[in-house]
Amino acid sequence: MTGDGRRALTGIKATGDEQPLGPGGAMAGAATPPGGRTIDPAAVPDLVERFRRGERRALSRTLTQVENATPAGREALRALFPSSGRAHVVGVTGPPGAGKSTLVNRLIAEWRGRGRTVAVVAVDPSSTLTGGATLGDRVRMMATYADEGVFIRSMATRGNLGGLARATRGIVWTLDAFGFDVVIIETVGVGQDEVEVARTAQTTLLLQVPGLGDDIQAIKAGILEIADLLVINKADRPGAGELKRDLAMMLTLGGHAPPGGWRVPILETSAARGEGIGELADAVEGHLRHLKEGGEWARRERAMLLDEIQGLVRGRILAQVDRLFHDDPAFDALLARLVARDWATAVARSTT
Amino acid sequence: MADQQRIRVLVAKPGLDGHDRGAKVIVRALRDAGMEVIYTGIRQTPEMIASAALQEDVDVIGLSILSGAHMAVFPKIMELLRAGGMDDVVVLAGGIFPDEDVPKIKAMGIRGVFGPGTPLSEIVEFIRANVGRPEAA
Repeated sequence: MTGDGRRALTGIKATGDEQPLGPGGAMAGAATPPGGRTIDPAAVPDLVERFRRGERRALSRTLTQVENATPAGREALRALFPSSGRAHVVGVTGPPGAGKSTLVNRLIAEWRGRGRTVAVVAVDPSSTLTGGATLGDRVRMMATYADEGVFIRSMATRGNLGGLARATRGIVWTLDAFGFDVVIIETVGVGQDEVEVARTAQTTLLLQVPGLGDDIQAIKAGILEIADLLVINKADRPGAGELKRDLAMMLTLGGHAPPGGWRVPILETSAARGEGIGELADAVEGHLRHLKEGGEWARRERAMLLDEIQGLVRGRILAQVDRLFHDDPAFDALLARLVARDWATAVARSTT
Repeated sequence: MADQQRIRVLVAKPGLDGHDRGAKVIVRALRDAGMEVIYTGIRQTPEMIASAALQEDVDVIGLSILSGAHMAVFPKIMELLRAGGMDDVVVLAGGIFPDEDVPKIKAMGIRGVFGPGTPLSEIVEFIRANVGRPEAA
């Protein structure tokens, strides 16, 4: 612990006694090489204390540990989880290029204008080939850099397919515990079936843009079913009227209305021009009131936590199954029978 | 679990020139090398870069600059990083620099300076060696 880190600050907030993890820092001589950001679990109480004092550097460090599911991350989340559950978690999803980042940038400004603090988790896909990722959502949100009431964190999906990363929920809890009033989750650009955001956010905005498909798209199962609010972005473009009619028709066909008597509104925005943003923010707040008044908030909290537990249990079981595939000689024998086109023996073995 | 840690890199273009083709080539190369690369776009002030680096908790910052303003902009960025407790971040500079400036840039604490024509693999290897953590395959 160096503890000498009180430094004169310009431009960014004081971070106090941050310890460099590199040479000479807290991790010097430890197994983690210079630059490795894994924190020793023993350092977590100090990290959490600085987190609770509102130090953004401590928040940022904690987010890394939670994202990487390190022992320190689990320890920190254990300490911070009781402080979460207060933020309004708003999911923003839609196809690539629909204007999600631009809209999120507008919503940040709108909510800051209303006195709310805002955190953003922006998720972009990892390469399935290399595991690398380009996280580019931040480009459209750089205007907030000097605002202490805003915190933006990019994360890659790291192989998760539902539109978010596996660690997104933990990241949201951490930002929630830090005290942000609103936590926005921007999903990867989604197609039809990436609905995980609805199990992570209390309010889900689905962006649609004119010109992507006909009215049959609007009655397909999938992502349209999870929207609490439908947003037609780029509403100044040709085709916005037809899209609105198609979506309205889909809604009046009924059958998929979210429980609790909420009527899904259709809003029109032009995020690039900054049009319709106030109305959208009003509608999101209307949904929050609906959740709180009708008991739906508690129901969704319960569903989210159940989903988290189920995910953890499934993950552990899958890890055990994976070990079986890798370590069990009987499995190799079974595979050899299948390769030899000996179906009967293979099936007999696999069912015993 | 091996892939739960990735080298995170912020690629930023300080200064007023709008030529970000080179920066995008770097973003792509680092991504293809398995890193998570946060791109912040053109015309970034030192304050924007330091603020983004803090929020993203990156291992590496790559600064791409062609405008010739590096001797004005780099010291400010390094000062802000130090002030923000980010002394441990590996900072690289790419662009066109007069030979006599290179030692001065390195003296600021910028560990790697890469001029035009640097093979992308050299930059990837430099990052891996300096972050000191082998890429999770």
